[in-house]
Amino acid sequence: MTDRIPVVEVEDDAGERLAHRAVPAYRTKLGVYTRGVGGFFQNVRLTMGLVLLWMYFLFPWLNWGDRPMIWFNFPERQFFVFGATFWPQDLILLSWLLIISAFGLFFVTVFGGRVWCGFTCPQTVWTQIFMWAERYAEGDRNARMKLDKGPMTPGKFRKKLLKHGLWFAVAWATGFTFVAYFIPARELVVDHWTGQASIAAYVWIALFTVATYVNAGFMREKVCIHMCPYARFQSVMFDKDTLIVAYDTDRGEPRGGRKRGQAADASQGDCIDCGLCVQVCPTGIDIRDGLQYECIQCALCIDACDSVMDKMGYDRGLVRYATEHEMDGGKTHWIRPRLIGYGAAMLIMSGAFGYALTHRSTIDAKITRDRGALFTETRAGDIENSYTLTIFNKTSFNETYEVNLMDRPGARLLGPGELNLAPGQTRVVVYQVQMAPELVVSSRLPVAFTIEPSKDPNNQVRIESTFIGPDRWQ
Amino acid sequence: MFNDSLPTFWSIWVAFITLLVIFGCAALIYFVRKSERFKEETEETMGHTFDGIEEFDNPLPRWWYFKFVGTIIFGLGYLVLYPGLGNYQGVLGWTSTGQYDEEVAAAEVRYGPVFASFAERSVEELAADPAALEVGGRLFSNNCAVCHGSGGKGAYGFPNLTDADWLYGGTADQIKTSLNAGRMANMPAWQTVLGDAGIEEASHYVVSLSGRGHDEALAAKGKVHFQAYCAGCHMPSGEGMQALGAPNLTDDVWLYKAPNLTVLESVKQTLRHGRQGVMPAQLPRLGEDKVHLLTAYVYSLSQKP
Repeated sequence: MTDRIPVVEVEDDAGERLAHRAVPAYRTKLGVYTRGVGGFFQNVRLTMGLVLLWMYFLFPWLNWGDRPMIWFNFPERQFFVFGATFWPQDLILLSWLLIISAFGLFFVTVFGGRVWCGFTCPQTVWTQIFMWAERYAEGDRNARMKLDKGPMTPGKFRKKLLKHGLWFAVAWATGFTFVAYFIPARELVVDHWTGQASIAAYVWIALFTVATYVNAGFMREKVCIHMCPYARFQSVMFDKDTLIVAYDTDRGEPRGGRKRGQAADASQGDCIDCGLCVQVCPTGIDIRDGLQYECIQCALCIDACDSVMDKMGYDRGLVRYATEHEMDGGKTHWIRPRLIGYGAAMLIMSGAFGYALTHRSTIDAKITRDRGALFTETRAGDIENSYTLTIFNKTSFNETYEVNLMDRPGARLLGPGELNLAPGQTRVVVYQVQMAPELVVSSRLPVAFTIEPSKDPNNQVRIESTFIGPDRWQ
Repeated sequence: MFNDSLPTFWSIWVAFITLLVIFGCAALIYFVRKSERFKEETEETMGHTFDGIEEFDNPLPRWWYFKFVGTIIFGLGYLVLYPGLGNYQGVLGWTSTGQYDEEVAAAEVRYGPVFASFAERSVEELAADPAALEVGGRLFSNNCAVCHGSGGKGAYGFPNLTDADWLYGGTADQIKTSLNAGRMANMPAWQTVLGDAGIEEASHYVVSLSGRGHDEALAAKGKVHFQAYCAGCHMPSGEGMQALGAPNLTDDVWLYKAPNLTVLESVKQTLRHGRQGVMPAQLPRLGEDKVHLLTAYVYSLSQKP
């Protein structure tokens, strides 16, 4: 039912294959001149990209109450996300989130192929902006190829300057915004122009600016092809029922050029071999060769081909989202064990995450019994143990905690019964537990402390410890 | 300081192996470079095939080659500057203890003024300041709590600091003296002088001083021993002497009361074998300012109602 796509030997000789391919195995110079194209999928990409970019650039500027809405405050080890405050102790939640994201990616990939890569991956989104800047400054594909071949003239220099200026501006905004998630943007924007920001802030802004500039300007598809681990393992999740960007070979072949409006004769398929699908491809492949690992499913070739089909008066969909089964004339099985499995895993993880998020403790407390002196005898002859309570208020308000001793009848707790803590405050308080010697029936007795927040009594914390006495009563 | 240098043979041995590995890597990269059939990117293959996979006979990429060379140069440069070749100490004279000392000095520069500002105020004033006590409490946790307990309640052989009973006195000055120079307490052993019977008698007299159960007849004999041998330090009344750190025997505080023994049996132990109490000097370790703050913290412990 979910057969793997069989491996097809495209070319026998590796050298010939290299020579034939639009992209050699590794290129040291920028060689892909993408052509701008409009269409349905390009609009979807643009919309997605803009929404994501707006979120990225806008969030650091928004406030929640009297602090930034999202603020990863490393020096004080507090992480504000919307209304919630997280602490390093909550790191486990981040792991949950990453696991959910991974299963989400698997689910989407099994269903719709590499749509993450084509539509939402930051690499794609930023490359999109940079390509737009490139087209704006230097013109479309042919103009750029001509420009690059030609000698350096003042006009060329101006165009290049404009392009790199735009790139640099976007890269700087990206770097600045990234750092603004760690240092409040409203402070940073003033400080970093007046030279008041920390050296670390400047270094990180510079680092991200350079990285963005190089990555979206020059690396582009090389990252997807040579570096990205997801790119490699996503292909493993494909089966014959996965939606992929596919060329309808039966309909298109044999390909051949012809005049506009001329109907295909019996000897010709619908492909007019205009090469547009190759020219628009950001990874520089020819989709007509079949599914290739470089394909990020951005669907630009679909838009390009559809526009040509419209002009020719042919039906759209020569290149389209389709499953392997559909292309073979078979039936597509949408519901598959693999899809259900990943979906279920994602839902279960999300449920667990939601539970953990809403039930996370607002107290971090631990009790350490003294290790140096195991126990002491008081003047009255009672046995006494000392305990150090370290308590940390994880809420964002002042809280009073009631400390009680449980499960040890006759034992007395010495020390403050109520503790007031400011938000984010840690207190270290020493307690003693005393017991009459006849009650110390064993050298090791279990004892428990409870810590109850007055504003949130349900969130009580219980800590088990031991009470140590002498051996003589055993 | 201990001698941390290697014997000559092992020093040379370590240096030899280190350099052998580095120059071995250099030779390896040199010969690999030399043996490459093609100097430019090529489509020639190595000639072997596995499952349809072939390998291009490409040269080592240049950036990669120079990275190798770079690591070799870095390694040699490092070994010149830093210790690494046997007993050779390196040009920069770096040591781990030196770095530690530097960091301690840097911390001193940073935190010294905090303690200096505390040191300008009196012990009594600091003992009433929660902020000072918080810092002092941390000093106590790091330096004192191991013996005296995290709450200062003491333990077997280690005095309780939270009560009104002081071996060497509980005024601010006396506490500071104890902290600065430490204390050496010495209770001699009396077994050879008193013998078993004498120990028995003296012990009964000692516990009678605090009104505990005792044998009148033995205690009466013991009083003679006490006045002869013990009263010199513990005073004829048994109330002790703070100048010597001789404990008051008339109260119910027993520093060496063992949990498995009664007070009487514990006293016998002490009389037979003697006791050696040591409080280490803190001034050389902490310095004046920190000792001042610590004094305030310890002082505050016994001032609580």
